[in-house]
Amino acid sequence: MTVQVPTPARPRRTRGIEAARARQALWLLLPTLIAIALVAGYPLYRTFYFSLFEANLTNPEQRSFIGLGNFWFTTQEGVALGFLQDPKWWGAVKNTLLFTVVSVFLETVFGMIIALVVNSAFRGRALLRTAMLVPWAIPTVVSAQMWAYLYNDSFGLIGRGLLGGQAVLANTDTAIWALIAVDVWKTTSFMALLILAGLQSLPGDMYEAADVDGASKWTQFWKLTLPLLRPALLVALVFRSLDALRVFDVMSVMLGNVNAASTSMTGYARQALIDNQLLGMGSAVSVAVFLIIMVIVVIYVTAFRVKFD
Amino acid sequence: MKKAVALISLSAAILASSQASAVTITLACGAVGQELELCKAGAARWAKKTGNTVKVFESPNLTNDRLGLYQQQLAAKSSDIDVYQLDVVWPGLLAQHFVDLRGKVPASEVNAHFKGIIDANTVNGKLVALPWFTDAGLLYYRTDLLKKYGFKAAPKTWTELALMAKKIQDGERKTNKAFSGFVWQGKNYEGLTCDAMEWLVSFGGGTIVDAKGNITINNAQAAKALDTAASWVKSISPAGVTTYDEEAARGIFQAGNAAFMRNWPYAWALGQGKDSKVAGKIGVAPLPSGGARNAATLGGWQLGVSSYSKNQAAAISLVRYLAGPEEQKIRAIQGAYNPTIQSLYKDKDILAKNPFFGSLYSVFTSAVARPSGPTGAKYNQVSQAFSTAVSDVLNGKMKGQQAVAKLATDLARIKGRGW
Repeated sequence: MTVQVPTPARPRRTRGIEAARARQALWLLLPTLIAIALVAGYPLYRTFYFSLFEANLTNPEQRSFIGLGNFWFTTQEGVALGFLQDPKWWGAVKNTLLFTVVSVFLETVFGMIIALVVNSAFRGRALLRTAMLVPWAIPTVVSAQMWAYLYNDSFGLIGRGLLGGQAVLANTDTAIWALIAVDVWKTTSFMALLILAGLQSLPGDMYEAADVDGASKWTQFWKLTLPLLRPALLVALVFRSLDALRVFDVMSVMLGNVNAASTSMTGYARQALIDNQLLGMGSAVSVAVFLIIMVIVVIYVTAFRVKFD
Repeated sequence: MKKAVALISLSAAILASSQASAVTITLACGAVGQELELCKAGAARWAKKTGNTVKVFESPNLTNDRLGLYQQQLAAKSSDIDVYQLDVVWPGLLAQHFVDLRGKVPASEVNAHFKGIIDANTVNGKLVALPWFTDAGLLYYRTDLLKKYGFKAAPKTWTELALMAKKIQDGERKTNKAFSGFVWQGKNYEGLTCDAMEWLVSFGGGTIVDAKGNITINNAQAAKALDTAASWVKSISPAGVTTYDEEAARGIFQAGNAAFMRNWPYAWALGQGKDSKVAGKIGVAPLPSGGARNAATLGGWQLGVSSYSKNQAAAISLVRYLAGPEEQKIRAIQGAYNPTIQSLYKDKDILAKNPFFGSLYSVFTSAVARPSGPTGAKYNQVSQAFSTAVSDVLNGKMKGQQAVAKLATDLARIKGRGW
């Protein structure tokens, strides 16, 4: 049945070497893979596992299998118990998506502007590049607390000074915009850094040629810089979007854990799991957060053909 | 059999030797400045007496955060913390993780405490923790300002309080723009549940869930209580009151920027401190009535010994010492922490330092318990649903009537197949 197809010897030998190298690489990777399986895979598996059970955090040994009951379940009396039937969950999803879209958009625009400025040659450029990273370098918990003071209605610079004693953080509807402002303040510099790295890889002679051809700076930006920057920009976008989707600390510090549960998906998961001790429900919410983020990543990567290498 | 005997004698020997030699006990207590100081000092006194060492673990300040941390420690059966400071609403939630103190602490020592508080710490016959100090909501007021605006006594009803606060606020605002009439705990957390329970009960609106476990929140008086509180926001209370916890309210009152404050007894001693602008000008009264009665929410903290502790004997000794009369007296004098031992309310030294302890004795003994008993392990969810509904009314998202109706649905959902 098998037909001996005479193949040239050379490519085959190359493939042999490649295969050997691949095998070697696999062996070298093995410790890492085992470590990942232990520290990431196992907890993930347990989360999926517990999402199908009704279980209590302080006593996980006593659990009962309820299938997808944590996600969707209506009792005979018509009481909806699944978290997907909880309007508060959908409020958290809506707020998280709003937070992600607006903050990532603003960070990209501002980050681009800062990167373009810092990329041009002027005195003190190195100092400015370092200085712009300061907000990003401050731990989020610290900066969030700092902003919470700024927003305070009785002594805060913004709450008292600019807004005349309004309490923006009191109401989750207004608080979300205050939180977006904090996130933009904090992470724009990170975005700028990523874009700057992309800008610096662009060849300078290309712009010289464009100048000779008489293209305006504006045209150069739209026709040359932006298209060539696309790969770097997309990687930055993916990073920031994922970060924003799993936002937790800013909300938790500035709003407290109860209100954070209605502004972020992770806050909702934490409340179910920690405050309410519902191990099964909390795991189910975490699974949902995982799936939502995964779907968004897949859309990003396929729709924009992002290449990470 | 032989093996078992050997094992028992071996573990007994280990236990005995651990008792004989000095051990290190880790004690988790509050982290607010003075509370932490008193906790450290008390632990040090016990350590000096017994030759053991105590490490103080600084817990998060907000009670919700503290519970989250403790639950993680306990679920992991961690032996890192031997003695936990427990909120009065937690025993039902955490009972299984604590050593039964009945039988390990002499009955006479247990019976010296208020019976109601011992009951709150008893779950299915098991004494989960020993009371350390009790708490009840109080109304603090500025005696100098009341006099200045011609008021003779503290307000008896909420309506009266609103009128007085308004008048004082209008007068004081002429010279001090940051002044407000009444500050309290409006942030969406356990503290708001305590404040709102007081409004509810004072208006005769019940206790959210009754002793039998029935959901009683959906009634007109409860709705009226919440609407009344909402009317204070932005009129006699600052807009930001819905982001205040105990310390935020105390900060404003102590800086001389409020006429009235709702807070726990601990605020008294701090208000008389050197850095307080209102020292010597503070009066304390029962919280006003909404027509039905004066109501204060029962608070307070207990000390329990973790079942996972490796030095249980020493840990129990520490708890007995800290909850004992000697230490409770020191704490009452230095920090205005209310004793849980009845006889201390007749102590001259304590009454000299905290004159209101004697006159407000009935406030402490008749304080209203939150529904942590009937709702058991689901209390925390009930409390969060309640404080969120209250928060919605305070922020003007809903009217009281609508909020209590929605809350009843939410609670039915939390109750599910039963508490």
